Amino acid sequence: MKRTPLYEVHRSLYAKFTEFGGWEMPLQYSSIVKEHRAVRDAAGLFDLSHMGEIDITGDGANELAQKLTTNDIRRLTDGRVQYTLLCNENGGIVDDILIYRHVDNDYTLVVNAANIEKDFEWIKHHNDTGAEVSDVSDETVLIAVQGPRSMDILFSVTPADLAYDIKPFQFYVDQVAGHTVAISRTGYTGEVGFEIYLKPKNAEDLWDTLYEIVKEEDGLPVGLGARDTLRLEAGLRLYGMDMDENTTPYEAGLGRFVKLDTDDFIGKEVLLAQKETGELKKKLVGFQMLDRVVARPGYTVYQNDEVIGIVTSGAPSPSLNCNIGFASITPNSGNNIEIDIRGKQYPAKIVKVPFI
Amino acid sequence: MIPENLRYNESHEWVRQEEDIATIGITDYAQSEIQDIVFVELPDVGTQITQETEFGVIESVKAAFDLYAPVSGEVIEVNESLLDAPEQVNESPYDDGWFLKIKMTDTNELDELLDADGYQAHIEAEHA
Repeated sequence: MKRTPLYEVHRSLYAKFTEFGGWEMPLQYSSIVKEHRAVRDAAGLFDLSHMGEIDITGDGANELAQKLTTNDIRRLTDGRVQYTLLCNENGGIVDDILIYRHVDNDYTLVVNAANIEKDFEWIKHHNDTGAEVSDVSDETVLIAVQGPRSMDILFSVTPADLAYDIKPFQFYVDQVAGHTVAISRTGYTGEVGFEIYLKPKNAEDLWDTLYEIVKEEDGLPVGLGARDTLRLEAGLRLYGMDMDENTTPYEAGLGRFVKLDTDDFIGKEVLLAQKETGELKKKLVGFQMLDRVVARPGYTVYQNDEVIGIVTSGAPSPSLNCNIGFASITPNSGNNIEIDIRGKQYPAKIVKVPFI
Repeated sequence: MIPENLRYNESHEWVRQEEDIATIGITDYAQSEIQDIVFVELPDVGTQITQETEFGVIESVKAAFDLYAPVSGEVIEVNESLLDAPEQVNESPYDDGWFLKIKMTDTNELDELLDADGYQAHIEAEHA
């Protein structure tokens, strides 16, 4: 298993570890519920260095970036970030990513940990524009601070007023605690927050600086356990669970990130047809259990004793005090479903996402 | 740390014996590993449970865990307060967080269980 440059720091904080996408990552430091609440009420500090970074630069980068992604690259200006999808020729999702535009013909793609090699090969394979493509994942550490106090925390470590000016999905390069970093107002928790990209050699120093401030603000270091419940409550999909290469953006409920009036991109024809006919094989929906039982990924979804789908994500919601999840089911199934839990069907209702 | 007056099985349930009545719960070590318990599914009064077979489920935020009977017998009482307050298992695993009282079919089954020292050694072996 791969380890991030902050592995020893996590050990010194008594983290419990888990395998995720080939990485040995902190699952929790104290308790998933405590860490979850810290992010909702104060702040949480995350090591997300398992995420991958792929640069696309030089002549042809604009063209290649559009060819690979479903969102409209023309709407992305310098210093901004866009959530977008890599799709295959069938419209299936290869990965969901963030794309950062530094300047014209200069992009960084932030990809899921389990997909780094797949995406890198995919991008190189489809590179016919002459752009330079490089995997800089091993040279990049990603530390996130998320929660209502996170902007105050950022303000206390940056010299400029920039911290308060930074808008959602903007980023800039600056000094933080003496290190040159890229600061991005992005996250995966449904809270205000920022993410910092930097070189591995500075990782421990920056983590320690942020850790002290986060603690003073009643925050906690947060592992992947709470990251999962936070993103679920916020209605954010997880690649490999809620979508995969056999799921189109429309089937994943991500249609708003597909812009069909752009130049051609891989998968566009299929997605155009799916949009026109409105015929989906399945549809991702949010559900809430009516009982106290917890629906977990892989459980079967029924309606009137007929199988209509499968649970893709499911957990107790620490904020709502009920059990929630995503299920991929037959479209237009109505609002009442049953989920098979240990051989017995329990009722659930389809609800709007985000859950909070 | 590990109560001397209880017996344990390798799947981290404890038993407190009072004549032929056994009270069953999970150990402090088990609750600290499972953490954040949100739901406990237990059998009804009158159910027969059998040593080393599943009798219930614990749900934490992260996952579901099966419970295994340390001894066989008939369920005579269930800790109903866990329905509304499953966190008692985390807070008080040996007292308020108990699961079941059963009338044992064979108290000799207790001899097959670990004592406190044996259980301590078992935890250390699992961790090694």
